[in-house]
This record gives sequence, C-alpha cells and structure tokens, in this order.
Amino acid sequence: MPKNSMKLVILAILSIVCILLYAFYDIKGGFDYAFPRRMLRIAAMVVTAIAIAYSTVVFQTITRNRILTPSVMGLDSMYEVVQTFIYFFAGSLSVWVLNKYLNFGAAIAVMVLFALILYRFLFRADKHPIYLLLLIGMILGTLLGSFVTFLQVLIDPVDYLSLQNRLFGNFMNVKKDLLYISVAILFIAFIYGYRIMDKLDVMSLGRENAMNLGIPYDRMVMNILILSSVLIATSTALVGPITFFGLIVANLAYQYLVTYRHSILILGASLIGIVALVGGQFLVEHIFELKTTLSVIINFIGGIYFIYLLLKESRAAG
Amino acid sequence: MIEIKGLTKLFGKKPVVEDVSITIEPGTITSFIGPNGAGKSTLLSMVSRLLDADTGEVLLDRNNVKKWNSSEFAKRVSILKQANHINVRLTVRELVAFGRYPYSKGRLTSADEQFVDQAIAYMNLGEMQDKFLDELSGGQKQRAFIAMVIAQDTEYILLDEPLNNLDMKHSVQIMKILRNLVDELGKTVIIVLHDINFASVYSDRIVALKNGRLVKDGPTHEIIKTDSLRDIFDMDIPIQDQNGCRICVYFNS
Repeated sequence: MPKNSMKLVILAILSIVCILLYAFYDIKGGFDYAFPRRMLRIAAMVVTAIAIAYSTVVFQTITRNRILTPSVMGLDSMYEVVQTFIYFFAGSLSVWVLNKYLNFGAAIAVMVLFALILYRFLFRADKHPIYLLLLIGMILGTLLGSFVTFLQVLIDPVDYLSLQNRLFGNFMNVKKDLLYISVAILFIAFIYGYRIMDKLDVMSLGRENAMNLGIPYDRMVMNILILSSVLIATSTALVGPITFFGLIVANLAYQYLVTYRHSILILGASLIGIVALVGGQFLVEHIFELKTTLSVIINFIGGIYFIYLLLKESRAAG
Repeated sequence: MIEIKGLTKLFGKKPVVEDVSITIEPGTITSFIGPNGAGKSTLLSMVSRLLDADTGEVLLDRNNVKKWNSSEFAKRVSILKQANHINVRLTVRELVAFGRYPYSKGRLTSADEQFVDQAIAYMNLGEMQDKFLDELSGGQKQRAFIAMVIAQDTEYILLDEPLNNLDMKHSVQIMKILRNLVDELGKTVIIVLHDINFASVYSDRIVALKNGRLVKDGPTHEIIKTDSLRDIFDMDIPIQDQNGCRICVYFNS
C-alpha cells in the first residue's frame, strides 16, 4: 500500500508540473490577457480528465471488463444525436443552441434517459448477462451514428459548420459558461462517490459474491449507470467526444496501480488523465503549433492502444 | 430457521423449480442432490436471494428474505456459487478479508483481522495468503473462496458444488471442516453435491430434486436406499455398508 501512495504522489507531481508548464510557458503578449484564458482551459481539462476517468473506471467495474467504455454503450453517439436533432429541427439560431445551459441540460437528460431505458429494457429479467447490454449498445451506437450522418447531410451547410464545431472536441474554445456547472456536477458526483467507494470494491468480485456480502447489486448498477452517463455527458458537452481517452487512462491506472481499491484507481486514472490532457495540449500548442487538435492525437494513440488490448485479451483467452 | 414455501421459478415458460417446500433445521448439514438440470442450484440461488422466485416465498426467521435489509441478511446467510471469475488482482488474504465486509464496510478492525486469520488457518491457506489468486490452482482458489465465506461468520452457509475442482484429499478436508462448523460452532450448512457418497457420509438430511420437483426429503439413512435412489436417478444402485458409512456403488449399475 505505501508503494501505491508513492506512485500517486509521483502522478500528482507530474500533473502539477504539466499544469505549471502550460500556465506559464512562453506567454506572449499581455500576461493579463493570456493567463486567465490559459487557466480556464486548464480548469476545463482537469474537469474533463476527472469526469472521464471516474466514469470509465466505475463503468468498467459494473460491466466487469477492461476494454469497453461508456462510449461503447452509444453514449457519445447519443450526444451527437441530441445536437443534430436540435440543429435539424430548431436550427442554429434557436434558443436550444444559443442558451448553453438549456442545450447542456437537454443533452444530459437524453443521455441519462437513454442509459436508463437500456437498463429497464435489459435488466428487468435477471438472467440477462451484461454483455448483451454492451452488444446492443454497440449496435445502437452504430445505428444512431448512421442516422445522424443522414440528418447531417440534409442540414443547411451553415448550420452544419456550427454543428461540427460543437461535435469535435477542442480545448481551444472551451465553453466557459458550462465550466461552473460541470464543476458543480463533479462535486456532487464526488460526494456520492465517497459513499460508494467501498461498495465498488466489493462489486468487483462479481454480482453473486457482491450480493452475498450484502450489496444491493442491481440497484447499485443502475445508480452507477446514471452517474457514469452524467459524467460522460458533462465532459462531452464541455469539450466534445474523445472516444478513446477513458480507455487509455483507466487501463494505464490498472496497470500502474495494481489494486482493487477504487479510491486509488479513480484518483490514479484522474491524475493520468490530467497529465495526458494538459501535457498533450501543451505539446499541441507549442510543438505542433496548433496544426492538429488534442482529440485527434488522443484518438490516434488510443485507437492503437485499443487494438493492442484486444490482441492481448484474445491471446489470453486463446 | 429457513422455510421454503411453494417456490417456483420459470425460465421462459419452462419451470426449472416447481412448487418446492422444505424447512431447513438449524444445526444440520442438508444436501441437495439430483440429476443434472434438476434445479438444485436455482433453488439455492433463490434461498440466498441471488434470484427472485416467480411464486412462493423463502422465510428466514419467519420474515420473507426479500424484506431483509441486505447487509443484515449478509450477516446471517452466506452463499458461494460455482463459477468465480474475478478480473481484479487480489491476494488470498484480501479476498478472505472481503468476507468481513458486512461487518466492517471496508475498514477492518482487529476483531475482523482475527476472523480472517482464523478462516485462513481453517482452510490451511497460511502459506499462500499473500499470493495472488491468479497464481493459484483451481482447487486452491476454491478453498480461498470458502475461507471468505467462513470469515463472513454467518449462521447459514450455502454452498453450490464446492467440491468441484478439488482432489479427493481436499474434498474430504472441506467436508470435514463443514461437519466441524456444524458440530462445534452450531452453523447450518446447505450444500449442493454432485457426488452422492459425500452426501451420504457427511449430511444429516438429504433433499432430492428431479426435473424441478421435490422427490425425496428426509434423514440421510432414509434416502440412501436402493429404492429411494431409483426414484431420483432412475438407476438401481446397490448400497454397501463400510464401517457405518453407506456407500452407493453406482459405477456399474
């Protein structure tokens, strides 16, 4: 255990170094102009990193796998569906687009509803394995994706540009008005999380063992599903979808911190996420000089890592 | 006391357990036996609340098990199922310590540590307590899980084919430990067994199921008889007395 706390300290120091580097390196023009803007981006990246790390780790605990993430349930696609629907039916000048809180609220509501419907539909009978849920989520994700593409083809080109800007993750234009609400959501999620950390540890023993030890398993799965969808909705609304980010940070945390304790895993994954996002954004801005976006790089590296994990898993199974 | 009243479970439209009523006497070992697919494991799962029954009810101390607070129930009744795949890396000791969760909620007291030590000693796992589960053989892993259930220190212990994966020596060892838990500590054990001779030698009472229905329910010596066994297994099985143990010689019947 002391070994793990040492590792967490190292990760924390690394995160702080990345944050300081990003905040102070090579400030051109007026400090008063650049610094607050950088701080805002840092805040957005920290919130995103924690939200995605947290939601992915708990999601993988209830689904008992280490490869599939909430985006596989079609949650990212659901965000695109909501936005595309709004642009398609209401247009880019409607209150649903211009009022960011309304837009954000609608996205969260639909995503939670989507997760709950999947749950009601599939968990009502107690014999359905959770893999069925994931398989159906995957198929729904593809279906929704195709449907969204269809609608996008029909949209007015001007609206489409505005929509695309909303759908692609980009840390350069953080929606700062959403930041406060995201921080509040994260805060509530942490208060809830503090109460269920030990339950999550027990749930990693599987449904039957967890129920034996007095965990109301099915109810907990539903609560965590809601928690996970709200967190993913938050990060997606804030900076757009970054599909493979959760996969990377969660798996690096499992590998680096060999433990079953969720308090350590979630903290570790969040810190790794902060290093990856803030450090990555630093590279994007100062090395690549903004010729690419961070989400593109993360999805590139994450995609390769995903294939690596799949191959490793199939070798272990075979 | 656990009372099972008119319990039925349907998978689709097919009943896997049909109208089963049994009363489990405290301080005994009760074995569930029967052919494959008779509904033994399903029945055990319903008693332990892992599965909901379609009709009928299970009462623990005259209260429906569904009405029990989950955490209080976990201090009274423990269940261990057959398949236990865990995809987190745990040491044997960490696993056994989970057995104290209903009491400690993750913060082990020194009393909890004592229960863990005892359970590890009971199952003879002292030397491998700091090994990871994925480094152990199937039988060692099985013993670690049984140790977890022992650390849980419940009045009722429900086990679903715990002798799977175990060699003769460890099978006998575990059945003796269960016998001790009943005789010395006054526990009540309900166990699904595949090997009818273990049921014959170690249990006080045998409950036999066939096609989801209760076919026999009584003291062991009444069930381990050639004509009773014919009703359960459709086989003519000669019984031999070996120093007071009734052994079913089913290999060439």
